[in-house]
Amino acid sequence: MMGRYVARRLLLMIPVLLGVSILAFYVSQLLPGDPARAAAGRLATPEQLEAVRERLGLDQPIPVQYGLYIGRLLQGDLGTSLSSKQEVAQELRIFFPATLELLLATMIVTVVLGIAIGVRAATSRGGWVDRAFLAFSYVGAGMPVFFLALLLQVVFAGWLRLLPIAGRLSLETVPPPALTGLYTFDALFAGQWATVMDAGRHLILPALTLSIAGISEIGRITRSAMLNALDQDYIRTARAKGLSERAVWLRHALPNAMLPTTTVIGLQVAFLLGGTVLIENIFSWGGLGTYAWKGIFRLDIPVIMGITLVSTTAYLFVNLGVDLLYTKLDPRIRYE
Amino acid sequence: MSRTFYSSNPGLLVGLAIVGLFIAMAMFPGLFSSQDPAGLRLEHRLSAPSATNWFGTDGVGVDVYSRVVHGARTTLATIVVVLGIAIFVGVGLGSVSGYLGGWIDGLLMRVADVFLAFPPLILALATNAVLGRGLQQTMFAVAFLWWPAYARLVRSQVLAVRKLEFVESARAIGATELRIVGRHVLPNVIDPVIVRASLDAGFVALTAASLSFLGLGAQPPTPEWGRMVAEGQKFLLDQWWVAAFPGLALFVLVIGFNLVGEALSNRMHTGLHRSRDGETEER
Repeated sequence: MMGRYVARRLLLMIPVLLGVSILAFYVSQLLPGDPARAAAGRLATPEQLEAVRERLGLDQPIPVQYGLYIGRLLQGDLGTSLSSKQEVAQELRIFFPATLELLLATMIVTVVLGIAIGVRAATSRGGWVDRAFLAFSYVGAGMPVFFLALLLQVVFAGWLRLLPIAGRLSLETVPPPALTGLYTFDALFAGQWATVMDAGRHLILPALTLSIAGISEIGRITRSAMLNALDQDYIRTARAKGLSERAVWLRHALPNAMLPTTTVIGLQVAFLLGGTVLIENIFSWGGLGTYAWKGIFRLDIPVIMGITLVSTTAYLFVNLGVDLLYTKLDPRIRYE
Repeated sequence: MSRTFYSSNPGLLVGLAIVGLFIAMAMFPGLFSSQDPAGLRLEHRLSAPSATNWFGTDGVGVDVYSRVVHGARTTLATIVVVLGIAIFVGVGLGSVSGYLGGWIDGLLMRVADVFLAFPPLILALATNAVLGRGLQQTMFAVAFLWWPAYARLVRSQVLAVRKLEFVESARAIGATELRIVGRHVLPNVIDPVIVRASLDAGFVALTAASLSFLGLGAQPPTPEWGRMVAEGQKFLLDQWWVAAFPGLALFVLVIGFNLVGEALSNRMHTGLHRSRDGETEER
């Protein structure tokens, strides 16, 4: 039953990806400016411009261009960046792991701290932990990400000189042998402890900046869902049959509180994928966010398409995971 | 709303005071600042906060305080327009989708997926780049990416509620589908929407300011806080006030909205359940 559901969901990803690719393709066509001019350079003669236009297929009608793009995509060819002349797939292989590393660090911090703090706050409703978390959650939800990033840079890199201000590694550090592209993992595999530490130190400020809002949001939702669950009759039953308070909380209330929390975590991933554009800009991270930002402003259609498809696919799998989790968390929800 | 409601919610009073102050600034900026938010005085550039320039001056000698005051209008207008569109569309589609199920659910959720599947800021950046730089363009770009979040949240709640007994009993006594959704399902799923919207008012302000920070959104000389922080970035270590005060204004406004939203959702909860000893519950 479940296997068929998953298979259907995987099949349904195809139209979504097609929809996204069509939307992205047409949006990039609408971007003001001439991609052939962007590719040929400002000094190109009209003849050179025409030649570039023809070589890139930009003289074809848009649906034909889209068809050609999809045809090449099915053979694993994402095209060539108009501005850097590199293969998009090649560039994505460089930029994607950087963003993945940042997002993994952020999500681990966010989910673990968010749920832990939310549950802890709910268990001591009105106590000092609860009040301290509420105060923190106002700060976390209210703080502009770009402002927090600048603030942390000034304090920890500018004044205290404890952490690096930007980048993924210090200048003198040689990147570890590429295996996954995630510096911390690669350095760990190679046994280069100094590099692990250096990459880790560079992760702290951007990951902290990105996770503050998520911690307070997931914490809030977990807390209010826990309090909501504790109002239910089955909690009274659980207490009446003599379960310890700890068992009541963790075995009976928490699983029921996870449904709204899971929804928020799923949405959080989507927001993080976009939030990296800001953070990577400020921390010179050199990942997908920076790549996307440059691609959009350089009218680099193959780049925009490549990023869109990669991040869309990543998001769709997270989404499917969230829906499957629903059935585990609430057996009343069934997918046929 | 009784007096005890206000006195038991100090947060609400603080929040209302903050939001009220910014609304007043947005409506009557002249009451707060007599200086021109666009008056260049290069000879006074980057002067520190003082009695004449409370928040100092920026890189072209404009009074930062008056630009912060005038920036309130930009931000508040954005919040109203964006949330209005997003909630209207999201709650409508989400409840239809969750309640009816079937192919309509499938279709609506796939459309929502297409939107949600885009990294939001990238979609907003692209939309904004297509529409051109400007405040209205940013409002539209943010609303464009905001509605699916509501649609999915409402749908997941409706899914959990619609199989419950009271919905079945309503159907058994012959209530129409419209009545079941309107009277029995929606009131039970609206709490999370309100909690979410209360956080979102501030979040919308943050997103729009982020686009402005990246150079889209309201263009100078229109005062906009995100843009002002970006302009202050290059003076950060020495002339901190250029970036700090607009950033703080945004921070405080968002906290104000969150306090108000929080108190309202508390009230909704305490209205529904009283705790066992009769005291109002804090959530």
